[in-house]
Amino acid sequence: MASFAETGPRRPVVESIRVDKVSPGARTTGAVRAMVVVIVALIMLIPIFVMLATAFKSRPDVSASPPKVFFQPTLEGFLYLFTDRAIIAPGRMAEFQAKADAGAMGFLERLAFDTGQEITGPSAYVGRLTNSLIVAGVSTALSVLLGTLAGYAFSRFNMPGKDDLLFFILSTRMLPAVVVTIPLFLMYRQMGLYDTHLGLILLYTVFNLSFAVWLMKGFFDEIPREYEEAALVDGYSRIQTFLKIVLPQSVSGIAATTVFCLIFAWNEYAFALMMTSERARTAPPSIPSMLGRGGIEWSAIAAGSLLFLIPVVIITFALRKYLLRGVTFGAIRQ
Amino acid sequence: MTDSLSPILNLPCLIPSLMSNVTLSNITKKVRTVTALDDVSFHIKDGEFFVLLGQTGAGKTTTLRVIAGLEKQDAGNVAFDDEPVNALTPADRDVAFVFQQYSLYPTMSVYDNLAFPLRSPVHRIPETDIKRKIEQVTEILRISHLLDRKTARLSGGEMQRVSIGRAIVRDPRVFLMDEPLSNLDAKLRESLRVELKHLQKTLGKTILYVTHDQIEALTMADRIAVLNKGQIVQEGTADDIYDRPATTFVAQLVGSPRINLFQAHRENGSLVITGSDVRVVTTHALPEAFLLGVRPEDVRLAADGQFPAEVVLAEPLGVETVLHLKSGNQTLIALVPGMSDAKIGDVVKFSIANDKLHFFDTNRKRIQTT
Repeated sequence: MASFAETGPRRPVVESIRVDKVSPGARTTGAVRAMVVVIVALIMLIPIFVMLATAFKSRPDVSASPPKVFFQPTLEGFLYLFTDRAIIAPGRMAEFQAKADAGAMGFLERLAFDTGQEITGPSAYVGRLTNSLIVAGVSTALSVLLGTLAGYAFSRFNMPGKDDLLFFILSTRMLPAVVVTIPLFLMYRQMGLYDTHLGLILLYTVFNLSFAVWLMKGFFDEIPREYEEAALVDGYSRIQTFLKIVLPQSVSGIAATTVFCLIFAWNEYAFALMMTSERARTAPPSIPSMLGRGGIEWSAIAAGSLLFLIPVVIITFALRKYLLRGVTFGAIRQ
Repeated sequence: MTDSLSPILNLPCLIPSLMSNVTLSNITKKVRTVTALDDVSFHIKDGEFFVLLGQTGAGKTTTLRVIAGLEKQDAGNVAFDDEPVNALTPADRDVAFVFQQYSLYPTMSVYDNLAFPLRSPVHRIPETDIKRKIEQVTEILRISHLLDRKTARLSGGEMQRVSIGRAIVRDPRVFLMDEPLSNLDAKLRESLRVELKHLQKTLGKTILYVTHDQIEALTMADRIAVLNKGQIVQEGTADDIYDRPATTFVAQLVGSPRINLFQAHRENGSLVITGSDVRVVTTHALPEAFLLGVRPEDVRLAADGQFPAEVVLAEPLGVETVLHLKSGNQTLIALVPGMSDAKIGDVVKFSIANDKLHFFDTNRKRIQTT
């Protein structure tokens, strides 16, 4: 019999050698499909593009009709977003001009001067964005932590009324959350939780928790018990087993749950609007409030939205492979 | 155990080696409404290779899990060396479990998998001792080259070797093995079977091995317990099980091809297989009607055989040939050595080894004849 060295491929096969099996028709279909996907994606991205463009437009360009596609980019929008300004009194114009000529003006100051304004202080937006980060971050961490523990318990242990409990947890999502806004508002005011970070964190955590529990339970259900049993027999306690064996395997589940919880908490608008005023207000309700200050500052709104979008985009991209698995969990067999 | 049978025996013992007699008495376990184990009792002696044989759903795995402490029995006692362990957690029972599958931790390397039981807070073994112990075990199992691999990059045989390795690094009181070979292909199973038996003899450890494969049971076991529907049907050596099956269930479970089982009755001092020409003179005291069992190898083809039969099917296996013989309305299976030249449709003569007959009463229990 001839050996493999005589009959086998002369060179190592780096890629599939079966391209010959792909018919030209199939290849064309593939190309067409890819093109369709690209076109649809571009159409979907139009609003994002408009927002991006608007954020860098000057005030006249923003309201130009028909809209300008090509324009001179400026950072005016970000100036409006981050600062409070006042129109420079005519009597002080010379003073500013001198300062500008001497090159003693900062970048933003100069930008403001060019539109005839002076900076009077930072705007509230930076604080709002910080509030968003605190509230979304802490509530996500809490929901994921509690959801992981509860999901594991529901997945592994038998307890009386387990199914009813699970149903009850799910039932908290059955009515639109806004429905309870008014009673919650009254309660919060009584308890001193109104306009506090803690208040929003609690609210978002509770709202996300049901979702986190169910999602994490699903992930734990997919991890065979044998691993834990092996560890138990190998001389580890239940909690050690959970930390050393189960958690490392549920990283993708935790990541997916984190993204979902974070997106909700980050984007939440209605509660944030009702339950906060100045101290704890988050970014989403504060962006439209820019509408009313000295005319509609579209570029500031666009810039605010853009900045608001960036963190969540970064995190979603970083965790996207887990996210995909989170969306399709249960549908894939190992 | 003083000679150098295996390097592992020359180790300064990291964990004090204990005797390990395992006694189960009257274990009953219900899973919801189904009785998984019904009054199961047996005793495994120190250093014994004990096999639990039974079909799927017989309660074999449940028995192992009860012994390991992964499940709690509803009634009965588990004792190691006459000391009840019912109240102990799995970690404190000091047993090693080899699972059928999914047993290696997927997030760890082979080395970390092997080290995992030794790193348990129960033992507190220094890392240098762990390393030495792992080196010795991997040498025995010939997996030294795999230590840095992730477990997902192992073949089935390698995985099961590592699983066994993870069990033996620790020197536990008893090994519990739950069909460790059943997910492997036939060739690999055969070689691991030999290895496992060899390992047990060299280490001198107590093994409780669960399988549905009668060949594994017969080849490896010092003693076998046959489990059916949560009850122990028979307990004994391979000889006992094969040559003196207690019920028709055991007789049919063990032996391949299956034992021939016929309705038979007495007629003028002979026994007759109902519906066939087969008639054997017997001196045994037998009831009117009973079941007769004849192992295929006890149906012998010979030119001067007593009974004629037609060959209806021949299955050549190489070392032997399975012949299906039709006698009257009954079909007997005969096992003849080597390749047979009998063809379908041939008429052959056969006789039955009179001293190797098995008799069962109408309750399918063995009728003692000696």
